Amino acid sequence: MTSVSANSASRHPRFSRVNDLWPWLCAASVALSLLMLGALLTLLLVRGLGHFWPATLEEITLSSGETFAGQAVREVALPQQDGDERLYFTGNQDIDGVRWRWVAIDEIVERAQPTDLIRLDRSPWGDFIGRLVAIEQHGQRWEGDAAWQQLATLLKLPANQRQESQLLLTTVDGQILRQPLANVVSAQTPNAMAWWQKTFAWGDAVWRFLSEGPRAANTDGGVWPAIFGTVLMVILMSVIVTPFGVLAAIYLNEIAHQGRLTRLVRIGVRNLAGVPSIVYGVFGLGVFVYGVGGSLDEWFFSDTLPSPTFGTGGLLWASLTLALLTLPVVIVATEEGLARIPEAQREGAVALGATRLEMLTRIVLPMAAPAMLTGVILAVARAAGEVAPLMLVGVAKLAPQMPIDGEFPYLHLERKFMHLGYHLFDTAFHGEDVQAAIPLVYATALLLVLIVLVLNLTAIFLRHYLRRQRGNEC
Amino acid sequence: MLASLHSSNTSQAPVAHFLSEHSCLSIDHFSLAYAGKEALRDLTLSVPRHRVTAFIGPSGCGKSTLLRAINRLHDLNESVTHSGQVKLEGQDIHDPQMNVTELRRRVGMVFQTPNPFPMSIYENVAFGLRLQQRLPKRKRDDIIEWALTSAALWDEVKDRLHRSAWQLSGGQQQRLVIARTLAVQPDVLLLDEPASALDPISTLKIEELIRNLKSELTLVLVTHNMQQAARVSDYTAFLHQGELVEYGPTDQVFTNPRLQRTENYITGRIT
Repeated sequence: MTSVSANSASRHPRFSRVNDLWPWLCAASVALSLLMLGALLTLLLVRGLGHFWPATLEEITLSSGETFAGQAVREVALPQQDGDERLYFTGNQDIDGVRWRWVAIDEIVERAQPTDLIRLDRSPWGDFIGRLVAIEQHGQRWEGDAAWQQLATLLKLPANQRQESQLLLTTVDGQILRQPLANVVSAQTPNAMAWWQKTFAWGDAVWRFLSEGPRAANTDGGVWPAIFGTVLMVILMSVIVTPFGVLAAIYLNEIAHQGRLTRLVRIGVRNLAGVPSIVYGVFGLGVFVYGVGGSLDEWFFSDTLPSPTFGTGGLLWASLTLALLTLPVVIVATEEGLARIPEAQREGAVALGATRLEMLTRIVLPMAAPAMLTGVILAVARAAGEVAPLMLVGVAKLAPQMPIDGEFPYLHLERKFMHLGYHLFDTAFHGEDVQAAIPLVYATALLLVLIVLVLNLTAIFLRHYLRRQRGNEC
Repeated sequence: MLASLHSSNTSQAPVAHFLSEHSCLSIDHFSLAYAGKEALRDLTLSVPRHRVTAFIGPSGCGKSTLLRAINRLHDLNESVTHSGQVKLEGQDIHDPQMNVTELRRRVGMVFQTPNPFPMSIYENVAFGLRLQQRLPKRKRDDIIEWALTSAALWDEVKDRLHRSAWQLSGGQQQRLVIARTLAVQPDVLLLDEPASALDPISTLKIEELIRNLKSELTLVLVTHNMQQAARVSDYTAFLHQGELVEYGPTDQVFTNPRLQRTENYITGRIT
């Protein structure tokens, strides 16, 4: 007897401890997920947006007597001996042949931050870091503060109106450079700027990143064509996938005899959602690009053959491939929405003399609209992030033309387009200057996340609006 | 009790020959089966015009099935088969010439749980009207006011016609559903346990409404509430296991049932 009671007494606290602990376990897993998500977003935000902040420029004197100017990027331990080395971005590729410099910290004798250091963003050749000596234009010459004022005025003009001007520049170690002003994109003296000027310059840099095309093999410049291509492709995909998915779901849920075949089809549709996306890419390449596109070329564009029109990857084929990829998502979500509608609603409509079509269009579909939108939201989120299938069916490293322009028929479905996901991949791995690519990769990744977020929020607000209209307010 | 059940089977079919009144619906040797499983067996009865007829019986006795058959709601279910006839004003409702949507307009149906559509009160009542014809707005407004007044709901909702119907209470929703059905001016109103999901006060309102409506149309009420059947109906049919056991004027069925089986049910010995 005593042993039994002792046993139960010893067991009881253990059970109660488990009972107390499991909610904490659940909470901990939520906290961990949130923490990882937060860390991801923080990393993207800091690294992505920090890149555009006007960084302090330093003038470095080494123990060897050599001087150079640059922006400190990061420090790592020296591979062989003790101490650290620091990476400087020095620019001046046209003068030095390189843009980056590793310096052992022990060798640095002096670090200064002179306010007259200037940083020019040029195309070609990228950044210049040094000092402004003078501006020459039509035989006139400005020096000192006057040169700065003149530079600020001239930079506001379009590039073709400053053809005649030239900047006279020196590097910190005394080399002289004559720089045509037409190639200068922007100029700043970060060490002399107040925080609000820096904020202004930061906003300007972010805007140029968003609104300009890429330069220097995607390691510089902006991502506007990629943003445009991504959004346009996703919109086209939604336009294609929504009617197909909704009609298919209506058939499966409302019209088809609910037998074994329907169940099989339903299981098949659900499993299609799990097919790896690259497989859809292969399918799109084989069927859409070579099959349909090749035939279209033979029938309608035979005069331009052998150079293909539709027989190569393009916007239309990419949208179709992604529509196919996201079709199961839309079907499943719509079907779930249809199944949730109470039978009483359908019977109520039918009992009033509605035909099946009237019941569907007036009661069932409006009630299922939020569920359909949920499906489209999920489809958009998936499509905007897909890269693998796009590489086969139409994305380009650098698209020469935008898919929409002023030329008839305005929307060019056969053109290749740029995509943020692919741009990210290309910038990260195929650039010649890896160090320059890193901050752009973060910025592009952040932008991709933001675009998916904006597309989702739009659909969520639309769904919310529909629900409110149906449910409470009318 | 077994003996009494047997005796009822051997007695002559309980057809109501007492009806001096005109019949609106007549059901003639009607049987119905779900996927081969018989739910209604050889029912014959006629429902008098402008009266309230109650179908009572234990759960699963087929009273709701019969009600839904009159509206041909079983058409939605492929596994349902039937034989015999249901006649509305002398016309067989399963006749190929019968337009089923027209039948459903003439035979309105109110369900156990209120099922207003997710739209405004106004649009709920206008739903059936819009299915039929384009009416000028003023005419439509008049019909809607008339229907809501007939359903004793107008005074409660006239200031919020364009608010969602889902904001109404359960009892108001059920009266809205009745108004929605009345708006298409049916000849028959089928009510499938219309008050079973409602509170006592709402139930009383629905019952009062049923009594008032019989001057306009023929009502058929399915209920498992004996008192309700006794309170509102003029005729009562007792169904058990898919068969019609007894049918007669409500007073007679409740106070002096001809068969032991009916008495057993009414007094609570069959549930």
